[in-house]
Amino acid sequence: MAKHEYAFYPGCSSQKGASASNYLTSVESMCKTLDVKLTEIPDWNCCGASIGYAEAGELPRHVMNARNFALSEKNLPGQEIVATCAACWLGARETRERLTHSDTLMADTREALKEAGLTINEMPEIRHMVEVLIEDLGFDEMKKHVVRPLEGVKIAGYVGCQTNRPFGVAGESFENPVYLDKMVEMVGAESIPEYDMKVTCCGGALAFSEPEKAQAQIKDIVESAYDHGAEMIVTPCPLCQANVEIYQGQINQRYGTKFNIPVMYYSQLMVVAYGGSAKDAALNGQVIKARRLEEIAAKPVKG
Amino acid sequence: MSANTALAEKYRNNFLKEIEEQVEMGDWVKMCMQCGVCSGSCPTNFQSAWEHPPQELFMMIRAGKREEVLTTTSMWNCTSCYNCIVRCPRKLPITHIMHGIAEYAHRLGKAPKMQPTRFFSGLFWKNCTHTGRVNELKLSMGLYFKDGFGAGIKEGMKMKDVAIGLLKAKRLNPFELLGGHKCKDQKGIQAMLKKAYEIERSRKAAKMAG
Repeated sequence: MAKHEYAFYPGCSSQKGASASNYLTSVESMCKTLDVKLTEIPDWNCCGASIGYAEAGELPRHVMNARNFALSEKNLPGQEIVATCAACWLGARETRERLTHSDTLMADTREALKEAGLTINEMPEIRHMVEVLIEDLGFDEMKKHVVRPLEGVKIAGYVGCQTNRPFGVAGESFENPVYLDKMVEMVGAESIPEYDMKVTCCGGALAFSEPEKAQAQIKDIVESAYDHGAEMIVTPCPLCQANVEIYQGQINQRYGTKFNIPVMYYSQLMVVAYGGSAKDAALNGQVIKARRLEEIAAKPVKG
Repeated sequence: MSANTALAEKYRNNFLKEIEEQVEMGDWVKMCMQCGVCSGSCPTNFQSAWEHPPQELFMMIRAGKREEVLTTTSMWNCTSCYNCIVRCPRKLPITHIMHGIAEYAHRLGKAPKMQPTRFFSGLFWKNCTHTGRVNELKLSMGLYFKDGFGAGIKEGMKMKDVAIGLLKAKRLNPFELLGGHKCKDQKGIQAMLKKAYEIERSRKAAKMAG
């Protein structure tokens, strides 16, 4: 039996051929090393994300998340739900909070769920993968598996918004969370605690609808990483990752910059440090290739 | 009588009460003490995007500026970064209030029609609830082609390099256009959502009657 077991909520962007499919591949490799068993919630649905607000309304939005809770309870009773995506985690946690605080909302939700032949009896815990790593495993346990430290690589820890606000990771501040820097140090790389854009918004969904506004913000995030001597950026959020990585070419055209900095997931750094291959870490999923990590991943494992 | 006229009649001279009863988290608006921390914390406020930043909107609601509030593009500039929520000294759930006012303006048909984020927001919700899961390719295409075929091709061409990068990295699948990822129990999801909308509508109507 695995050391830790959870009901897994991968989210839309993690699916095969979707924008964060590389995140899922690296999380799966990481969990194998750490003996964490993730069982996908059968037939899970979209959380609605924050951007669905124009037509979502209150109850329909919560009902979408509640369906996942009900499916988890039915198929994986007693297990906490773990999400890798910031928006999935936030949406589900918000629903949990609202339903817990309002009997009316809870009753209405149960009535709507009935239409899909489902119900909720117990409210599940909703965890982000980084919470599992930090709180359930701990830094010592995470570090134990490092066999190929990312020595000499300077990495800017970009936490972003939704993994940090409004819930965040327990014990961390909203203005200057330090867990991501600690994870960078844990894999043997060099962190940049003074990276001042670590909780700046990437523009979220406005990167699609109003790119000029989002790209002005992304420019600041990337520029500051360069100013602090970073070779790459790391983030725990799929939308942060995509926004900060894939528009660098357009930003270069718009602002005359020469940005070309890789943007990684914490799980990719960990897989490489744990001795995994470039394929295990899904390095082929980068739009801006992380050459330095590819080189390290090709090296033999220490010891 | 349109929904907008009916609601305007019912709450005549008391827009604050209308917002409190009809908008998600609207009952928090009166708690605002006009300190302006939300406006100073908003990432899009610094791009001269907001006609009216949050604290100004809250005062306008109290001043009964119904038409100005419901027709402004301001709420649609929210990136859902939640900075305003965590910094508000009075603990107002500002992000949710912004989404709530936006949703209300959209529901009444008062929101600016061509505001791109309003359009994208509706598109996203339809996209993800249609099959239960987001179809990223259809979502992007739907946005680019919002102003017709010619404009769509032009928008698509602008995004060509981004799309090629994602295709090469296997993070964009052209076959999503033919179907793509979906939930098995789509019928259940549709029935559940239909019920949720019914309940929500009847709750709001009851408040209006009461």
